[in-house]
Amino acid sequence: MLNNNAPVFIAGTGIISAIGNNVAECLDALENGRAGMGQMRYLHSAHGNRLPVAEVKLGDEELAQLAGLPKIKSRTALLSLVAAKEALATAGIENIKDLRTGFISATSVGGMDKTENFFTEFLSDNSKGKLRDVINHECGSVTELVADALHIKDYITTISTACSSSANAIFLGARLIRNNIVDVVVAGGTDSMTRFTLNGFNTLMIVDEQFCQPFDQNRRGLNLGEGAGYVVLVSDKVAATLKNKPTIILSGYCNANDAYHQTASSPDGIGSYLAMSGALQKAGLKPEDIDYINLHGTGTQNNDIAEGTAIKRLFDPHYPKMSSTKTFTGHTLAASGGIEAVFAVLALQHGIIFPNLRLETPMVDLPFVPERALVKNVEVKHVLSNSFGFGGNCSSLIFSKI
Amino acid sequence: MSDLKTQIIAQLNLQDTKPEDIGDDQPLFVEGLGLDSIDALELIVLLQQQYKIKLSNAEDGPRVFKTVRTMAEYITDHQAQHA
Amino acid sequence: MFEEKEPELPEFLVAIYRHFELQYPKFHKMDNLSKLGWLANEILLQNGFDKEKYKPEDVGIVLSNANASLDTDIKYYETTNTMASPALFVYTLPNIVIGEMAIRHHFKGENAFFIFECFDAGFIEQYVSNMINNNILQCCICGWVDVLDKNYNATLFLIEQEKSANSVNFTKENLTKIHQLQNG
Repeated sequence: MLNNNAPVFIAGTGIISAIGNNVAECLDALENGRAGMGQMRYLHSAHGNRLPVAEVKLGDEELAQLAGLPKIKSRTALLSLVAAKEALATAGIENIKDLRTGFISATSVGGMDKTENFFTEFLSDNSKGKLRDVINHECGSVTELVADALHIKDYITTISTACSSSANAIFLGARLIRNNIVDVVVAGGTDSMTRFTLNGFNTLMIVDEQFCQPFDQNRRGLNLGEGAGYVVLVSDKVAATLKNKPTIILSGYCNANDAYHQTASSPDGIGSYLAMSGALQKAGLKPEDIDYINLHGTGTQNNDIAEGTAIKRLFDPHYPKMSSTKTFTGHTLAASGGIEAVFAVLALQHGIIFPNLRLETPMVDLPFVPERALVKNVEVKHVLSNSFGFGGNCSSLIFSKI
Repeated sequence: MSDLKTQIIAQLNLQDTKPEDIGDDQPLFVEGLGLDSIDALELIVLLQQQYKIKLSNAEDGPRVFKTVRTMAEYITDHQAQHA
Repeated sequence: MFEEKEPELPEFLVAIYRHFELQYPKFHKMDNLSKLGWLANEILLQNGFDKEKYKPEDVGIVLSNANASLDTDIKYYETTNTMASPALFVYTLPNIVIGEMAIRHHFKGENAFFIFECFDAGFIEQYVSNMINNNILQCCICGWVDVLDKNYNATLFLIEQEKSANSVNFTKENLTKIHQLQNG
């Protein structure tokens, strides 16, 4: 049976990020304006004193304890398992053993944190390792490891499309449910902080030496972050059996390619525009129905003007409230779509809109200004969440309250 | 300047371009040689590796890397300072 | 067709590029994975593909491989000991090859990159059929593009609704058969 308009419910959410080790801690930080960036504590890097980062505030040993895995496992896997476990626990699906369950996880670094340490040895004496050993640390094996720990067997996939990866994981989950391939999907993403990505973004000269200021005229770049975020998606049939009947659905989604440059967004943000307008169409909504946009908002010159230009084209003159929660969590790369999906659900559940921290001077070329302070007690029915990645991969998701 | 052109070609993998194809005053970016933002970053690497000149402010890029001549002038100026 | 043991991969890729007399200066800047995927796509589309039939957002790309961008990750990592190369870092994501193919032909439709241990014909068939049957895409380029060190393989499929003279049905079995032919 195939039903492409059957509702897909969000039954559970899980998160670990620089602002908290679970959903409740993250919500508290969001409501109280506590950003997670700071001086590097866990990663060892030559840029340690210069570049602020948004690390999860746990060492590998504490994380392993929380996850219930040995600490020799990749930090990426540990973060993933902590957040995915929380998502499943909050979903509270009692008969999950009898249901077909999938795990779709996104990552861009995979087990790179462990691979880096391997290379330090390998490069000093190349008899010490083989390339094959490194492959076990690649993206797919992190997903397999976590799926095993979660006892998920029916459907396991790793998606790797840079910073839009976990948004893509989430809508793939919805499609699987609508096509009656699975009943339950844990979908989202994970990435840990590595020297590899920090050095890389640093050579692209888009890392801010101060705390980032997305959508500010004087923005200087992004802060890197780490973490994991997952949602549990269920079919309406499964939703009906749950004690806490879910009230939030994934109503729209779309992916498009900017087809402009390997890393830079096109000046008119055509890919972003296609993704947002496609998601609205899928959800059967008009631009003025959207109450809040969780921006991709990395804080780079290029992203924010491209994203802003696309929003202007689509929404003018009815601008919803907007903010970039990367002002709290930093840019968590492949995890960002999952983390921000959880934030979208929180906005819907609690009727709040999170602030775009440190916004001083609004961008002169844009006719709108993101929220500077927390907005409480507002009706939030539809949230649009943007995730755009290198390779031109642009995704938008819409979460709705029913 | 012809050495510099050879270095630029090697650094940016411009296999189909010969040094004599690049004019001294031809714009390097967009309408000229068609270089992009990543190429600009590679040119910064080139300055540092070949000439030990550190261009730490990316905003100087467009001025310095406008043409082969502006780049050569920048190199001469900064090497003179060190000498 | 793309499976060669000798000569070395970079020379082989340039030889293919020259053989087909392609004119695309940016080709030389790509990493091995992007060069391989980009070339395979050029060859795939050179006979009778009419992109004017489609709107840019109706053409998508879905690729998969086993080693993500590991081949370039290693090369990039080696440069970090001296002077980290921004141009190499750009290619340390597997989906950049999709970007290169999309930039070349202005394809703006849905695109995704998946990591599997080996080519999963059933997954690709299901994923792409879903998009075509639901009018998310009218046309899709899909398949497998993988590079690690000396080992490489590219098998691309062009999926369209209309049957043409040389086309076969888009089934798991046909994908598997064609992919196995490649691997001799």
